Amino acid sequence: MSIPRRPRLAVWKFASCDGCQLSVLDLEDDLLAIAGRIEIANFREASSAVVEGPYDLSLVEGSVTTVEDVRRIKEVRAESRVLVTIGACATAGGVQALRNFADVEEFTRAVYAHPEYIRTLATSTPIADHVSVDFELRGCPISKAQLLELVSAYLGGRVPNLPNESVCLECKRRGNVCVVVARGTPCLGPVTQTGCGAICPAYQRGCYGCFGPQGSPNIPSMLRHLDYLGMPHPEVQRVFRTFNAFAPAFRAASEAVGEKGGK
Amino acid sequence: MGEVRVGGQYVLDRARFPEFLSALSACGYDVVGPTVRDSAIVYDRIEKLDDLPVGWTDRQDGGKYRLERRSDEALFGYNVGPFSWKRFLFPPRERLWTAEKVEGSFVVRPEPTGGPRLAFLGVRACELAALDMTDKVFQGGPVADPGYRARRARILKVAVQCGQAGGTCFCVSMGTGPGVRSGADLVLTEILSPGPHRFLLEVGTPLGAEVVARLAPPLSSAAKDEEGLARGIVERTAGSMGRRMDTGGIRDLLRTNLEHPRWEIVAARCLSCTNCTMVCPTCFCSSQEEVPSLDAQAVERWRRWDSCYNLAFTELHGTSVRKSGLSRYRQWMTHKLGTWHDQFGTSGCVGCGRCITWCPVGIDLTEEVAAIRASPGTITTKGGSR
Ligand code: SF4
Ligand code: SF4
Ligand code: SF4
Ligand code: SF4
Repeated sequence: MSIPRRPRLAVWKFASCDGCQLSVLDLEDDLLAIAGRIEIANFREASSAVVEGPYDLSLVEGSVTTVEDVRRIKEVRAESRVLVTIGACATAGGVQALRNFADVEEFTRAVYAHPEYIRTLATSTPIADHVSVDFELRGCPISKAQLLELVSAYLGGRVPNLPNESVCLECKRRGNVCVVVARGTPCLGPVTQTGCGAICPAYQRGCYGCFGPQGSPNIPSMLRHLDYLGMPHPEVQRVFRTFNAFAPAFRAASEAVGEKGGK
Repeated sequence: MGEVRVGGQYVLDRARFPEFLSALSACGYDVVGPTVRDSAIVYDRIEKLDDLPVGWTDRQDGGKYRLERRSDEALFGYNVGPFSWKRFLFPPRERLWTAEKVEGSFVVRPEPTGGPRLAFLGVRACELAALDMTDKVFQGGPVADPGYRARRARILKVAVQCGQAGGTCFCVSMGTGPGVRSGADLVLTEILSPGPHRFLLEVGTPLGAEVVARLAPPLSSAAKDEEGLARGIVERTAGSMGRRMDTGGIRDLLRTNLEHPRWEIVAARCLSCTNCTMVCPTCFCSSQEEVPSLDAQAVERWRRWDSCYNLAFTELHGTSVRKSGLSRYRQWMTHKLGTWHDQFGTSGCVGCGRCITWCPVGIDLTEEVAAIRASPGTITTKGGSR
């Protein structure tokens, strides 16, 4: 029997905090099991030894924020058979997409001593706005369990089993008491995609929406409900403008509240 | 010691309740019952009297549940919470089998079905009815679910007749409560006054009798007094239901109103969050998935709770057949109250009110049925595909 070549994996970084790449390293023992079946060919966060492309599977972290990024993501796409975006930055633009709602030059002037050295685009956009993406892993950061499922599905040649259902489903399976109903605490669980294991409600906090919009979010009803719970409009806008601010459904939510004005 | 007989009625003093818990353990049961956790009364392991929600009650309405102090020391002075017994018989996540590659072939190992004997303490009349329904679903057909059947065979049911109705309760409309009719091994009715705090304890089965026989000195037989008080308590509860539903011809009412404009109104509110189906004691839908090991030498088959509100639940060939929130809400309600009759010969709703209380936006099926009943046969102008 001939030994098939191990598929080559590459991990890429765009505008991001490296947290999702760290989740890959965090797989520890499982990473060793993966390394037995996959050649980790290009992963600078882990090793400076780089094997030239093309690659079978590319994991892309981060959003597109510079002209250089726009060029580089096209190159990455060209040398990747399967391209998967990992984390809120790559899938929705990340927290840095807050600039999309404001004036980026004003930000650079406020943040940098020498803003004249900064070359940046006016927006932070998800990878899928620039090249075609085969699969997305949500979260800020991604969940290790979902990453393992993705890799194992890739190796098995099957579709990953990564549901786009609401956080509430997992919240109830886990046996949490709903913070909205039992305490009147606002929670984005009903409009947010699962993946985190409903951690926040397990500690009596509302969900912050780290995994972005669920498969069929009802934003108008959610907004009416947050209003009913007495959450002031600026806070509603803020809660939808975090890691997934530029995901279409969350963006629609924060913009709808914006139009209503402050309360 | 006097013989404890099935059908016998005894008086259990509140002071002797710890002995009752010990008698359950002595008969080999782990007790699962009500306890306060994270601002609600949930079902969990009960080891001692203080684990019970002594002196607590719940105030419930659409989308709202609040724990409150009672002015007395009642042990069962609350109604149903976010958990139901289904969690213990049909767990939210369950491994069904494992398979391993062995010398070019593979071996499948079913999940062992052992486990502790559980005494369910504080089962309400509506919940007994719900257990009957899940029995039908999981073991009433030609093929029984092995895990469910094994767990179910090890359960002792200690029922409690409700001394009050919750704000979203409507068991009277559904014909399931608040009085316990059958299906319990033991039935408690908590008598707070007049007289000392005590329980009327009725023995329903030989298993129940075995527990009562462990109590020494033996319990005294109930007098006419306690029987009358218990009857009065149940009648009072029946008269104070928080909700009601007219169920007359409901199956046909829903069947002939699939395009009623009310569905659009409720769909505009529904978050498709699945909470109503998770808390419902009779909802039984699940998804199954294979979880292979990374070295591809073994695989596990898991089952997890799922819901008709979940877009992916009806995915066929990559797309959902119930894309709109409207079609999903309608599926749930018409199944629960209508087509359940065709499938299982009863309503799928026992009137416990959980779906109303635990819906974040307080959608209330009794209100939805009433709205459709008020103007049946109204056809929307939109109609079309959904
Ligand atoms: S706490 Fe939040 S996530 Fe959990 S069920 Fe309630 S609304 Fe859903
Ligand atoms: S449909 Fe609602 S009221 Fe009826 S049994 Fe289910 S949770 Fe209880
Ligand atoms: S629905 Fe009836 S039996 Fe169930 S908790 Fe309420 S009063 Fe008790
Ligand atoms: S009816 Fe309520 S609980 Fe059920 S899916 Fe809709 S919003 Fe969620």
